[in-house]
Amino acid sequence: MSDSGNRKIGDVILKVDNISLSFGGVKALTNISFDVREHEIRAIIGPNGAGKSSMLNVINGVYLPQEGTITYRGEQRRDMNTHAAAASGIARTFQNIALFTGMTVLDNIMTGRNLKVKATFLEQALWIGRARKEEMEHRRVVEEIIDFLQLQHVRKTPVARLPYGIKKRVELARALAAEPTMLLLDEPMAGMNVEEKQDMCRFVLDTNDQFGTTIVLIEHDMGVVMDISDRVAVLDYGKKIGDGTPAEVRSNPDVIKAYLGAH
Amino acid sequence: MIYRESGQYKTSYVNDSQIFPIKQDRYAVLAIIAFAFLVIPFIATPYFFSAILIPFLIFSLAALGLNILTGYAGQISLGTAAFMAVGAFASYNFMLRVPGMPILLAFILGGVCAAIVGIIFGLPSLRIRGFYLAASTLATQFFVVWCLTKVPWFTNNSSSGVITAQQIQILGFKFDSPQEKYLLVLAIVCVLALLAKNMVRSTVGRSWMAVRDMDVAAEVIGFRIMKTKLTAFAVSSFYCGVAGALYAFCYLGTVEPEAYNLDLSFRILFMVIIGGLGSILGSFFGAGFIVLLPIFLSFVVHATGLPNSVTSNVELMVFGALIIFFLIVEPHGLARLWQIGKEKLRLWPFPH
Repeated sequence: MSDSGNRKIGDVILKVDNISLSFGGVKALTNISFDVREHEIRAIIGPNGAGKSSMLNVINGVYLPQEGTITYRGEQRRDMNTHAAAASGIARTFQNIALFTGMTVLDNIMTGRNLKVKATFLEQALWIGRARKEEMEHRRVVEEIIDFLQLQHVRKTPVARLPYGIKKRVELARALAAEPTMLLLDEPMAGMNVEEKQDMCRFVLDTNDQFGTTIVLIEHDMGVVMDISDRVAVLDYGKKIGDGTPAEVRSNPDVIKAYLGAH
Repeated sequence: MIYRESGQYKTSYVNDSQIFPIKQDRYAVLAIIAFAFLVIPFIATPYFFSAILIPFLIFSLAALGLNILTGYAGQISLGTAAFMAVGAFASYNFMLRVPGMPILLAFILGGVCAAIVGIIFGLPSLRIRGFYLAASTLATQFFVVWCLTKVPWFTNNSSSGVITAQQIQILGFKFDSPQEKYLLVLAIVCVLALLAKNMVRSTVGRSWMAVRDMDVAAEVIGFRIMKTKLTAFAVSSFYCGVAGALYAFCYLGTVEPEAYNLDLSFRILFMVIIGGLGSILGSFFGAGFIVLLPIFLSFVVHATGLPNSVTSNVELMVFGALIIFFLIVEPHGLARLWQIGKEKLRLWPFPH
């Protein structure tokens, strides 16, 4: 359990109701409902193809569900678009690293600040007025995140040259640069060794603890999920088969069946 | 030994985000610009101005424009010459039809017209990419040249379809000699290159590169894909438009729409590829390579004393071979080669 800090889990910040999503004849999600409370770490688990990533894509507007509603901070909508999601404070990372490979670490993280840039195109071209001042202001924030995630040594390295574990961290940094209220992490620890996983866990917990960021996490490593999450939702074949605290989920017979195939 | 950055500490973010963070680079570039403005005008011959320096600068500007679109924003275009044509013919018509139109304003308006055409023909980029987009920009190329040839209004009803660019006059000062035209082109290219550098080091440039590298992620962190792509088309076409206007006013003098054919588009695309995609400096290298190398080669080959029929073919063969050679040695272009050289130089003569 992660109740080590003095963070207080608040009210429901995100609520998805009866979400159904299909691609042609394939039903990715069927009638899914769950909620996320403020400041909590909420895990979504399930076997491959259970619809976990699709769920995140629905939350931040990449996919448009055929049915159901999403209520985020009291605002109900069905057609969340990516821009609106980002503007309302939802940031995310991707399962397959989606960094901008041709840019340096610093520039990648700076892109996370884009919604906070007010300087007009002309100001930026002339490098005058707000453009210059803002650039330095954003740089300061980004440097804090670089410190936080210990990326100082690779600041000016093009992302393409970095090892996998660091790339994952840069992606988290880019998401954090937006100062999100809710962070969607799609398998942040996939393909990492034990030490890298420990580091990542620490960063996720620290983010949650220091910035109070609500975290929705998809992860396959059960040890990690059971350790750091407050509540866990379990999906299988696009349906929700379990929901509750890690202990509850662990003893849920449906979940055991889905994972172990036992009778 | 001399090219070192040791001892140059950056104590503020302003210092760290300078265009040339290393002192030696800064001084070298300033020296080159000063040399180009203050020394070259007095030592170069008229032939050197009008056959080498002016086309080099104009092609650099066009390559810079295409580099913004293709190198930074990742949208392939084969319509560069069409945007240049729009810039040239729009400037010509503004000069012709608006009494008292200042020439610099006409260049800018020509660029703006090219930008508008660029936005219109950039719309397909919202749905298609890669080779398919290249094919659709090819349509721009043929449509614009066709349009300028078929509608006599654009060429002021000239029977041959050829226009003669008006005289360049700024604040009563006439730019007639190659030397004066060179200075005008140089000033415009310097200003526009500086603006381009500012764009690519701020959010605009980062939005272009983000869309180029991973458009889904760019969208998720809040960039508007449509706006980003169309801005890239607009800025790129503006640069090409101004380059096209300079091509007509400062280089050719008299020009027909066919001067801006597909051949020219390809030449500029080669400049960008050889110079280095996604590099401002690379645009200048690429233009230098494509413009200067044939001249240099013809000079060298002619010096061998072979008959004319042989030399012209040898030139082309050597030119082609060199392009292939450079692309094999460094597919990322001369700019990358330059960068690698600089990194090596920082350590030289020590092994580590």
